[in-house]
Formats: sequence, C-alpha cells, structure tokens
Amino acid sequence: MSNEAREVDSNIQLTSGVTLVNRYVIQDVIGVGGMGSVYRARDLHFPSVVKLVAVKEMINRASDPLVRKTIVQNFEREANILATLNHLSIPRIYDYFSEDNRSYLVLEFVHGKDLEVIINETPGFLTEERVLGWAIELCDVLSFLHSHKPDPIIFRDMKPSNVMVNPNDHIILVDFGIAKPFQIGQKGTMIGTEGYSPPEQYRGEAGPLADIYALGATIHHALSRRDPRLEPPFSFAERPMRKINPAISMELEAIIDTALQYNPDDRFHSAEAMKEALTAAGRKTGILNRANVTTASVQSSGGIKPLWVFQCEDEIRGAPLYYEGAVFIGSYDNNLYSLNAADGKLNWKYATDGGVVTRPAAFEGDIFFGSEDQRLHVVNARNGKVNWTYYTEGRVHSSPRIAEGHVFFGSDDQHIHAVNLSSGRAAWRFETAAPVRSTPYVAHETVFAGCENGDFYCVDFRGEMKWHYKAKMAITSSPCEADGVVYFGSLDGSLYALDARAGWVIWRFRMGKGSVASPYFAEGLVFIGSADGNIYAIDAHTNKEAWRFKTEHQVSSSPVVYKDALYCGSADGNIYCLEARTGRLRWKFTTKGPITGSPLVFDEIVYIGSTDHFLYTLLA
Amino acid sequence: MKSFFDRLRGKRTKPLPAPANVNTFPLKGEQLGLDSLRIVRVEPQQLISGCGQSIGKQREHNEDCLFAFSATMGGEANSAPLGLYIVADGMGGHQYGEVASSSAVRTMANYLLKRFHSYMVNPSEGMEEPLQEMMRTAITEAQQAVTQAAPGSGTTLTAALVLGQQMTIGHVGDSRAYALHLDRRVEVLTRDHSLVKRLEELGQISSDEAAAHPQRNVLYRALGQGEVLEPDIFTTPFPQPGYLLLCSDGLWSVIPDDTICNLVAAAPNLHNACQSLITAANDSGGPDNISTILVQLIG
Repeated sequence: MSNEAREVDSNIQLTSGVTLVNRYVIQDVIGVGGMGSVYRARDLHFPSVVKLVAVKEMINRASDPLVRKTIVQNFEREANILATLNHLSIPRIYDYFSEDNRSYLVLEFVHGKDLEVIINETPGFLTEERVLGWAIELCDVLSFLHSHKPDPIIFRDMKPSNVMVNPNDHIILVDFGIAKPFQIGQKGTMIGTEGYSPPEQYRGEAGPLADIYALGATIHHALSRRDPRLEPPFSFAERPMRKINPAISMELEAIIDTALQYNPDDRFHSAEAMKEALTAAGRKTGILNRANVTTASVQSSGGIKPLWVFQCEDEIRGAPLYYEGAVFIGSYDNNLYSLNAADGKLNWKYATDGGVVTRPAAFEGDIFFGSEDQRLHVVNARNGKVNWTYYTEGRVHSSPRIAEGHVFFGSDDQHIHAVNLSSGRAAWRFETAAPVRSTPYVAHETVFAGCENGDFYCVDFRGEMKWHYKAKMAITSSPCEADGVVYFGSLDGSLYALDARAGWVIWRFRMGKGSVASPYFAEGLVFIGSADGNIYAIDAHTNKEAWRFKTEHQVSSSPVVYKDALYCGSADGNIYCLEARTGRLRWKFTTKGPITGSPLVFDEIVYIGSTDHFLYTLLA
Repeated sequence: MKSFFDRLRGKRTKPLPAPANVNTFPLKGEQLGLDSLRIVRVEPQQLISGCGQSIGKQREHNEDCLFAFSATMGGEANSAPLGLYIVADGMGGHQYGEVASSSAVRTMANYLLKRFHSYMVNPSEGMEEPLQEMMRTAITEAQQAVTQAAPGSGTTLTAALVLGQQMTIGHVGDSRAYALHLDRRVEVLTRDHSLVKRLEELGQISSDEAAAHPQRNVLYRALGQGEVLEPDIFTTPFPQPGYLLLCSDGLWSVIPDDTICNLVAAAPNLHNACQSLITAANDSGGPDNISTILVQLIG
C-alpha cells in the first residue's frame, strides 16, 4: 500500500515549458490515459520552423527492478516494430526514450478531432456516407496491420476516441497498444470498461477478428449515438441500428450485424472482406432509392373494415363505455347514446344541455356521466330514463369514478365532488385552485386528481387534503396508480411518478411537449401520449424510455393496453395498434377527423370515437 | 445543596472503573422477547436495521465500507420513516481501495442527508427534485470524489434510500440488494455489472461455470473508473413484510440464497442475523471482505 501510494504521488503531469532530453518542449496536455499523459510538444531540432510532435508518456509503476527492466524492454521492442509501419492512417513514430520511471514515445502530431468528440458535437446523426467513408479507411488500415509479417499486429483498442479525423475527413488510427507492457497484473476485483471489445478479448484471446468486432462497435456508436460503454457488454443485438436511426440502409445494418457477431467465426473473416462488403453496400445504396425501404409488412387502413360505425350529430371527444351488451358514448351534440354492441343499432339517446366529453361510468344498472351543462347525469342503462342529476357550478369535463358507494368527479367550478350513490347528495366538495378536468383516481381510500393551474391533490375519504404537489403547468391528464406510485402527465411536458402516500417525486420524464393525455400502466411500463406527437412507453421502475412511437400529429388520446397490444388515437386521424413491449406498429385505421378521445377495448373489439362524428368498432 | 444530591446518589462522585475483564451473561433474544417484534403492533411506522462487517479470512485490508441511517418522526399525520443504507466494495488490486469505498460512501451520505435535512426540519417546504435525480446526482458526486481522492482506484456502490413505503436504489458494480420475503422467497433487486454475469445472461456459460470463472471479479461498471458512468437507478416498494438486505460479494459469492434466508429467519434480531451471515461467510473460507446491512420496516 505505502509503495503504491508513493507511486501515485510521483504521478505528476509535465507542465508546459519543460524540455525532455534537451529536444522536446512540452506545450500542452492533449490527453490523459491510464498509464500517463499525452502532450503536444515542439521539436527543437528544427529551430527555424515550428515542428509539433505528440509525446506519449508511460509511467513505470512496477516496484521490482527486474520487472521494471522487462517492461522497458518490451516497450522498446514494440516501439521498434511500430516505427517500421508506413501507412497513411498510422501516425509516424519519430523517437522513443526512457527517463527515471517514465518512458516516452514521440509521434507525428495529428491535427483534427477524434471521432468521439465528433459524435458528441454533432447535433443529429452522422450521415451514412461520411461514416461509410471512415469505415472503409479503417478496414484498410486494419487489413494492413493484420497482414504484417512475421506476425500480424492486432490493434486491440478500436474505439471512437482512438480514431482521429483530420481536416480532410480522413482517419488516422492513434494510441497503439504500445502501453500494454505497462499494465502490470492486478489481483482481485478488476475492471474492464471497454464496451467495444468482443467476448473473446476478455478471455485474453484477441485475434484479427477482435478488431473487426470493435470496428463494428465503433461504427454502431457513430451511427446510433448510443455509447456502448453505457450499455451492458455484447448487447448490440438489442439495439438494431435501423430501429434507432431508420435513415441507415439495410445493407449497412447487415454489415454491422455481421461484424458484431458473438462468435468470431460468424464475423467477416478478414478486414479485407469487410471492406469489400462496405464498398459493395456503398455502390448499391447509391443506386437504390432509399424511400422504398420503409416498413413493408404493416397492414394499412385499406385492409381493415370496421364491424360497424355509428354517426352522431357532432364530434366525439370522449371515451366509450361497455356495459351489459351496450356501448355508451357521449358527443358534442349534447347526447349520450346507448348502442347495441353487436350491431351498433341505437337503443336510446339521452339529451343534456351541453356537450358530453366524459367517459360514462356504470353502477348497478345506472349510467353516470358529466356534461358541459354543469351537471352529473344518472340515467337507467336499459331505457335511458333519468334517475337523478347533480348540479355543479361549472362545466363537467372530468369523468366520474365510482368507488365505495360514492361517485367522484371534478368540475370547472374548482371543486372535486364526492356524491353519495344512493342519495344523490354531496358527501363533500373539495375546493381546488382552478378547474378540475382531470378524472379522479380512487384507491386505498384516497382520491387523486390534477387541476388546471398545475396543482395535484391527494384527498382522503373525508374530503381532507393529505398532500399536494405543484407542477409547472396544468394537469388535465387523469392519474393512475400502481404499486404505491401515482402517475400523471402535465402541460409542462413532464410525466410524473409520485409516491402515492406522501407525494414525493420519485421520477420525472420529459417529453417533447406538454400532455393532456392520461397515462396507462401495464406490466411495469407506463404509456402516455404527448403533444409532440409521440406515444411513449416508460419503465415504471427506472424511468427509462422503453420505446416511443411517432404519430403525425399531437396525441391527446389516452392509450389502452389489451392483451399484448396498445391502442391509441392521434390528432392525425389514426387509431394505432402497437405491440405493447416494443412499440412496433401492427395496424392503423384512418378516420376522417382528428382523434382526441380514448379507445375502449372489450372482448376483442376496439371502440373509438373521432371528431368526424363517427364511433368505429374494429377487431382488436 | 450539592451534597444533598451527592447523598442521594450515594456520594458516588467518581465513575466506577470500566469492567474490563468482567464476564457478562446477557439474556438471549428470545428470553427478552425481541422476536415478538414481528407480532407486536408498532407505532409509529419505523425502519430498524442491523449491520455486520468482517475483513474475511484471506485479505489483509478491509476495503468494504457501509453506512446505515434511519430516522423516525412520530406525531404528524404525514410523517414517514426515512432511511439511507449504503454498501461499497473498494477494488482489491488497485491502490486506495479503502479510500475509494469510504469516500464514495461519505460523499453520497453527505449529499443525500443534506438534501433531506431541510425537509426533516420543515416538511411543508416539500421536495421539488425527483428522488431518482437526487440519487443520480449523489452517485455523480461520489464518482468525482473517488476520482479525486484515489485516482486509478474503483469501488462498487449499492445504496437504498427508503422513504415511506418506497425505496429508491442506486447501484454500480457487483454488491447486491435483496428483498427477503417471509415466505422464503429471495429476490435479487440489483443486477451485477460483472462480465461473467453478463456472459451467463447471454447463455454463453452456465451458472456453475460462472461461479468458478477465473474472471468472475471483473466488473464492467464501477465508480471511479472511466469518464462515463451509467448507474442503475430504480424505485420499488419496500419488502413488507420482509427484509431489505444490502451486501458485498464477500457474502453472496459464498453463501447460497436459501441459506441467507434461513439464517435471517432463525436469528432473534437484525444484528444477530447480520453476525450469523458474516460467520457463515467466514466458515465458507471468507475469501473477501464481508459487509451486510439488514433493514426492516415495522408498524
């Protein structure tokens, strides 16, 4: 321990102005590695011009004098091999020397930026053309190294930060494994952070095909912007290139896949073979019209026929309810309709004095729904006769929720109302700071609801506030709860996960724009639509995005999961059916107006209303 | 007046000498009825914990570090127990393994407790920042502290921030968090960031091969290593009824899951449970440092 501590203390960087072996004046540090630093220096043997060199420093940390000597000998042998290499993409080696416990290698100074910096500085994706050009040059230099006589040279450390791109957009491979002798053996728990290295390299078996894998990983990183060091090792197959960056050609994706095969035998057999494949792909994609390569097998709306449709006199913005063989749906034409679920024939309609945008609820033969006429209406499910109504002092956009003998809903009168089901009288009213258009969620004797000024309330069954949270903008979104966590969206662009008991923010997921849509929880994922046009699936535990699906317009519709599929409408007029786990499109059906209402899926049938006045029924 | 009190106390103005060589015979847990804690109704709801640590049988240094903190506030309707539990395992062959683990733990505890201090004093202020983001920042701070205090070293870090019924876990490396359920179900909550585990997940090697793999100690993620770090952060309900167990690989690499469960179930209290886990690990050879924290949410 004490020996090692002293070594660390001697691990001091050279400062600018220091001259090494009377020849190289250090100007600046250009990189720091595990073995020491890399400096930019001026070579004094050329006094009349400024000749810059890169000086790579390696600190000898071995304490045993014999081991120290072996390390220096190995270093000098490697330096001698590298000094003989002559290739446009390899920096020239000018000199090497050792002083005290440090050894130095003097190399050609390469102008430009390394590929990692370029990836990070580029706002979007790098173009396929540019990356393809670099990849071909990298294959070329690897092929040169691998065919070195008498022994092939394995680069061993291909990664974006070891690839310099010069101002002419050509690549130079830097940081050869010359430092390897300085990595003295470590005992016990060790660390290998690579991310670009193939499985066999961790077993100490690095052949030419290891460089092929690492090149595949480097291209993957450059095109996908997904840093493999942040992902589990060997997980590239879980991130198919075109899923992340659909602009990439299938040809190039296939080449990357081959290079990244787990078993070396399944990869390209040489860098030369990979170079040929890249060149061929480049020629082919240059000819192919890329627009033809979009998703092929998706069923378009032409293939799907509704089982039946029903036309209202105005827009449908609410969600349907299925109850005892009938479908109930409200419309902006002020009516609540009861339709025969089998054929869509009208059972009855019930007129209110305002638009009906809420999702009805059913309890013991009665249908409950709110209307813009400021009332909650309770009508008989069979004949549509009114049982009772309950007056609020504002429009009712919030849907009723029935629990524990009460119906809970919000109103523009800035209250959450709890009404006794048998008496039709208010049990309590909870005053809020702004209109409540969010539908309350009721669980564990608590009521959760959002409010148009951004407040989120947790109220107990006596109508007293347990806690409250303030988002930056309106919460029109209706909350849902699972495993003690309550989820809701806000116009401030966030999806929130709050501790249901105390209101602590567990996580917050930022969407591109605000959301009035309500989240849906299923199998550990939270699904929500946003005004940025996306439907998101977020892992409820980790707050990581599982997938997103881009629609053509904003998504105010709230998704529903049925079996393994997710159903959601979009203002682009489509109802989408996506695979819930992956977000892959199964089918979509186009209506003639934006869809802002939410679907209902019951018994293999999807019911969805559109602003084109129609209620559609589709096979799930 | 002073003498009056002195008389009351029997004029014992000097403290008794410390009983250095005195053998005591403390009552066992069952005699004191401590195990009945599981049945007795407890109010207010609170977190209780026990810890154990040992250098093991084969190492010269202890490079593990652990931290346990529980706070309870009774009286307010809306108060919830708060707990912070951390285990870190410094890297064996590197310099400063123990510096790495302790600076990571101290930095993280310092950061998180500061964040909660104002909340504990004045809960009405609320907390704006999501717990998972706090955890992320705490790990970033710990990463910086390790890089500064012990360059070239590394450490694992597994932390559980318990607030009410939910716990937010931050994790890097191959220390572990377990949920031990009363029905003897053992749930590993964290995923080891170890190369061999990854190979096992990919089906490249069997679990038996993994247990004997020469590189089973190689991590692909650790604090203090590499400029980029992606910790695992997630929130999950506290196992109730049951226990949260945090431990370093000195425990889990030698003791099978069901043995862990049996030892915890058989112990009269959390402290004894931790000691029997440590003893079991040392009896199995004690190849590495061992750290354990057991936490229970009661009431």
